[in-house]
Amino acid sequence: MSYDTGTRQSLERDAAQVVARYPKPRSAILPLLHLVQSVDGFVSPDGIEFVADTLGMTTSEVSAVATFYTQFKRQPNGTYNLGVCTTALCAIMGGDAIYERLREYLGIEDGQTTGDGMFTLERIECNAACDYAPVMMANWEFFDNQTPESAVALVDALRAGKPVAPTRGPDKLPTFKENERVLAGFPDGKADQGASAGESSVRGAELADEKGWAAPPYPAGGAAAPKGTKGEERK
Amino acid sequence: MPEVTAKTDLVTVTIDDVAVQVKPGTLIIRAAEQAGVYIPRFCDHPLLDPVGACRQCLVDVASPAGPEHKLRAFPKPQPACTMVVTDGMVVHTGATSEAARKAQTATMELILGSHPLDCPICDKGGECPLQNQAMMVGRDDSRFSGTKRHYPKPLPLTANILLDRERCVLCQRCTRFAAQIPADPFIGLQGRGAKEQIGRFDPAALGFELTAQQGTVQEDEVAWGERTVEGQPFASYFSGNIVQICPVGALTSADYRFRSRPFDLVSLPGVAEHDSSGSAIRVDLRRGRVLRRLAAHDDAVNQEWLSDKDRFAFGWQTAPDRLTAPLIRDGGELREASWPEAIAAAAAGLAQAAGVGVLPGGRLTLEDALAYSVFARRVLHTDDVDYRSRPHSAEETAFLASQVAGSGLGVTFEALTSGAPVVMAGFEPEDEGGIVFLRLREAVRKRGAKVFSIAPFASVGVQRLGGELIPALPGGEAAALTALTEASPAGAALKAADGRGVIVVGERLALVPGGLTAALAAAARLGAKLAWIPRRAGERAAIEAGLLPGLLPGGRRLGALSGPDAAALAPLFGTDLPAAPGRDASGIVQAVIDGQIGALVVGGVDPDDMPAPAEARIALDRAFVVSLDVRRGPVAQYADVVLPVAPPLEKAGTFINWEGRLRPFGQGIATTALADGRVLARLAQALGVSDLAELGKPGLTHDFFGALGAPAARVAAPAVPAAPAPVPPGHGQALLATWRLLLDAGSCQDQAPHLAATQKLPVALVSPGTAQANGLTKGGVEISTGRGAIVLPLRIAPDMLDGVVWAPANSGASRVLPALGACGGAVTLKPADTKEVG
Amino acid sequence: MTTLTPVLTKRWGKANSWRLAEYQADGGYQAARKALTMEPQAIVDLVKAAGLRGRGGAGFPAGTKWSFLPKPDGGPRYLVVNADESEPGTCKDMPMLMADPHMLLEGMIITSWAIGCHHAFIYLRGEVVHVYRRLLRAIEEARAAGILGDHVLGTDYQLEITAHAGGGAYICGEETALLDSLEGKRGQPRLKPPFPAAEGLYARPTVINNVETISQVPPIILGGADWFGSMGTEKSHGFGIFSLSGHVQRPGQYEAPFGVTMRELIDMAGGIREGHKLKFWMPGGASTSMFTEEQLDLNLDYDNVIQAGSMLGTRALQVFDDTVCVVRVVSRWMEFYAHESCGKCTPCREGTAWLRDTLCRIEAGGGTPADMDVLGDIPASIGGCFCPLGAGAPLALNSSLKYFRDEYEEHIRLGRCPFDRAATTAFNGEVA
Repeated sequence: MSYDTGTRQSLERDAAQVVARYPKPRSAILPLLHLVQSVDGFVSPDGIEFVADTLGMTTSEVSAVATFYTQFKRQPNGTYNLGVCTTALCAIMGGDAIYERLREYLGIEDGQTTGDGMFTLERIECNAACDYAPVMMANWEFFDNQTPESAVALVDALRAGKPVAPTRGPDKLPTFKENERVLAGFPDGKADQGASAGESSVRGAELADEKGWAAPPYPAGGAAAPKGTKGEERK
Repeated sequence: MPEVTAKTDLVTVTIDDVAVQVKPGTLIIRAAEQAGVYIPRFCDHPLLDPVGACRQCLVDVASPAGPEHKLRAFPKPQPACTMVVTDGMVVHTGATSEAARKAQTATMELILGSHPLDCPICDKGGECPLQNQAMMVGRDDSRFSGTKRHYPKPLPLTANILLDRERCVLCQRCTRFAAQIPADPFIGLQGRGAKEQIGRFDPAALGFELTAQQGTVQEDEVAWGERTVEGQPFASYFSGNIVQICPVGALTSADYRFRSRPFDLVSLPGVAEHDSSGSAIRVDLRRGRVLRRLAAHDDAVNQEWLSDKDRFAFGWQTAPDRLTAPLIRDGGELREASWPEAIAAAAAGLAQAAGVGVLPGGRLTLEDALAYSVFARRVLHTDDVDYRSRPHSAEETAFLASQVAGSGLGVTFEALTSGAPVVMAGFEPEDEGGIVFLRLREAVRKRGAKVFSIAPFASVGVQRLGGELIPALPGGEAAALTALTEASPAGAALKAADGRGVIVVGERLALVPGGLTAALAAAARLGAKLAWIPRRAGERAAIEAGLLPGLLPGGRRLGALSGPDAAALAPLFGTDLPAAPGRDASGIVQAVIDGQIGALVVGGVDPDDMPAPAEARIALDRAFVVSLDVRRGPVAQYADVVLPVAPPLEKAGTFINWEGRLRPFGQGIATTALADGRVLARLAQALGVSDLAELGKPGLTHDFFGALGAPAARVAAPAVPAAPAPVPPGHGQALLATWRLLLDAGSCQDQAPHLAATQKLPVALVSPGTAQANGLTKGGVEISTGRGAIVLPLRIAPDMLDGVVWAPANSGASRVLPALGACGGAVTLKPADTKEVG
Repeated sequence: MTTLTPVLTKRWGKANSWRLAEYQADGGYQAARKALTMEPQAIVDLVKAAGLRGRGGAGFPAGTKWSFLPKPDGGPRYLVVNADESEPGTCKDMPMLMADPHMLLEGMIITSWAIGCHHAFIYLRGEVVHVYRRLLRAIEEARAAGILGDHVLGTDYQLEITAHAGGGAYICGEETALLDSLEGKRGQPRLKPPFPAAEGLYARPTVINNVETISQVPPIILGGADWFGSMGTEKSHGFGIFSLSGHVQRPGQYEAPFGVTMRELIDMAGGIREGHKLKFWMPGGASTSMFTEEQLDLNLDYDNVIQAGSMLGTRALQVFDDTVCVVRVVSRWMEFYAHESCGKCTPCREGTAWLRDTLCRIEAGGGTPADMDVLGDIPASIGGCFCPLGAGAPLALNSSLKYFRDEYEEHIRLGRCPFDRAATTAFNGEVA
């Protein structure tokens, strides 16, 4: 184990909080691995030992879990993890072209990190945003309706240190480590940033509004008025 | 009246048109075995939980359903290894169903898709379930046109176990074994999907980048017992089992790899000699040389498992220092001699001696033990005989003579694994029990047994049993057993088990005055069974043969033979038995030093195992010593005559395991070596007793014991007051706790280097409080007595009682008895520089 | 004509819709207050009567699932919400949790009360940080307001909710794999029986339902079984979110009663992309059989779609127009399954990888006639697999061979893909 004392102590403090969320300590392993990534930028061998120690598991049991899930990186990740969805629908809607463009632009292959440690590029599987295809995830924040040009522009902006806002997410794209800390269950105070929903998400509701379509009202004598009947202002 | 069909609690299932009756809950694959139908499988193993992973065992199934119990077929073939039979079920395997056959062929095609065609150079070739089953259900050709998986090979899982990943079919038997059977999950499935592989956390194999700091292990932060002597995380005492259950050639052992082809091997049944369980083994020889040992199937004892010690430590029988000819001391040096010359020299020396003591050691077969017993009483006319080369007590003598001797098959593995509570005292199940530990795991895992350990801390083994610690300082075990009443959780559990609960005591309890007495009282008080489980394979046979002072075969008390008893013993023991009980091993050593005994007959004893090694060496030095040994052991330097004897492989014999179960085995290879008993027969002849020519032969031995009835007079049970719980010593001192690790510096393991490399790194353990009180913050500790000191790396055991230090008894730099002259009591602690500790 | 019925999606566009104050201003937590005055069994009965079927894909009746729990024995019972939305094409739960997390929390309170649970979990896929932020925030707000905790909504009922972020594994959407993952293991499916109702999380009785299923519970409490049943079809009561993606003018989330047709939905989404026509569509994600225009007028409910040879799954309606190469699409899905196969069982682990390699080779122009045998046989071999992931993996392939076998053969014959890749993109040919 080779964390310095300060790092080790703060990891132990955070880990205790994570473990306390669950009836059984072992349930904390995924958030603890995210926590390790928030410190080391990947699941380091030290992190594996830390998690094993914390949960009373063997390192083999911990790496068995860590290597099962794709979000856990075995190499130091870039400050920005760029995931281009290339599952079928996004792929044909432009994901393939975006991925190819980024691959050339960054000069790296799937899973690699640029020499300056800034970007890791990867092909990712469907990220549940198909109505915004093609989709890119930067540090697991949504970048909807992308094009090769917008993807390159994103890289340029990040390289230039300009703030970049995800389509549906916080005002400014956090770093990989910062977001990993959120995934470990430690809020970063940015939940109230960003829109309620994106454009595609509300199309059905808007169409219904436009056409005057609605679900039947709750029968009289219900416990409360149906929801959403007042304050209809939409963004 | 509707016919009553529920008379029997069996269900009937028809498999390939053969009807069998099986217990409800039986898996189809097991029911098929009962019907004589073999269903191909990889992941299935009868002693592991069903998993349904490999999908090789798919069969067609139809079950009665609906109000009219019409047979309804499942739409597609079902896994026979996970589906439980129901009454009236009809199963068709690949032998009788086209659909099942097709499904099995399909799975086999997928398994072979990425399996290398390296059978000609694979150790498994010829005994390979994959090979056999591919011949049974596989296609004639391969349609797979892609790239097979490639990995650098082999990948060492431990110093002892190697993995060829490309051969692995990912059936997960090995990982399930590790997690379920010994509960030491040192390997797991790593990765996902087609990139999945079996392994440890091996950063290089799994593509983890090492951080810059990696590799600098800070000693003080490593949990205890988790490192091997080579600095790897400790793996398992039972890892060899995964090699045996691997259904392909993916797992091999370092010492067998590339040594032989299965069809060149001759397999013999045998019995393992390294512990008191008497595990059934299969010994595989090639041209008379043992190349490997496997677990043999014995449901009553070791099931299908084996400890790594029993599996891999067989080289001692053919070690380079193996004695091939007798030696006699001539001008101060040992020289080879002919048998007649050596026997004559031994007989002359023994005949001249003022008195002779006999120390036969604890590894004897019943045949050899009886020979020693006869030789001592009849030929040497002495009762100064004690097989115990380990610390012992008069209380223990009385306990063994009154409770163990002649008790037959007592507490069994079956009783131990019934699910009833088990309370252990002076016994570490994993280190000192081997297979006993695995069976206790079975009791815990499958039948919810509750395990309690009376000890100063919960060892890793106890933790793996989910055991509850009954804290007791070293020496406080007797008091703890006395306090074991219905008011305590463990006592209440034993009482509630209504006769099924078991108190297990180990040989170390002999060191605590009143410990064995208290155990007897607790068992009587709580209605529990009492099992005594020693470490060595020969202990129980030695007791049966009467190799204790005051004890004759079958539990008879010396000096109190009835007419029938005397008659039964007379053919071997004669009628002129010593009148009074003799000395125990400590007494014999002291008597030599005091000049009352002039000669010793010693069988494979290491003076460093004796209660007082220094005194033992003095005694060996002074006495005329006749040593019977397999190897040129530590007694040879003191011996006047050394007589070579046969190791178990080269003789037939019978171990008696701790249960009291006879474990006979045959002679493995042709040899000129003689069993101890046969050597003693020659010596008897030379000493003028001419009717003992058959001594040491199985026939004579079994005839003798077969003719023994119940003894008329037994030794009285011990009645020693329980030692009061000790008080932790003051600053700078601690009470010493120690036991032998399963894998350690023992001489029977010294010819297995790969096994030795998997040993635990020896460390000393103290509580956080003890560490703080003595300034032991990190690094090492020196443990000392007036006799000497040992220095070990220090680890903190959070649940250790304050005022205690634990050290392994015989590992690396930690040779407790020879170095400290004690294996308990107060010792002095002080910080030491660990850098100088190997 | 079927019209849309926004209930779950109704609030999504509102400013600060995820905040507790806004949710309560819209009548939020009234259903939970009402439910906490009801007998737990009455809630189970009501949900049964409403005919709410699981919205996670399998369509199993939720109330029935809840009633499988054994009688309370004093030990813990758990509710676990499956928010591991990962089926390709499925994109309804993530916007739901981002825009209206309290609706789910309210449903969880009601369900937990109904089944006697005091610690409920949300298993969220890990690759959606902002969704997780909103969930954590909602739980924090609810706890601070006394909606969760030792006195739920002022009663003596105690409930904690833990939102748990996964690590990226499609298989964790399978409920037993999800449980293993939540217990801190590799997310590999468990042997059944025992079923989760008997031995689920930590081997305790457990209900697992999808986000959308649980979110529909509050409206059922308020509206009643008849209200719910007034929408939908005879065996598929109520409404659901239909997610349209791909080559339609306005992809998005369309909440409609069961029985709506694809033609109606495509119309609502503005029709197929300008200048193109429909080639094929997926009714329920990638793990279902594809449809063509033949099925456009099929009333979409669980049973009709099964009868028509596919599955409604998660109502993930992916639309592909005539520019699309079916081999390319199917090979990508097979890459997905091979990537996501957990590796536990042989057929899925080896079979998906073999099919992936074969399909990708055909698409790249390296196919041989013998490959058609492999494509024909290996899907059946995968059929012997352990869990639904493997079972679903070859469905798109099988159905594509039924409709478009000649396209595969053409790839093999030409030694290349005959389609123009640029033509399929959303930015249509703007790629160099």
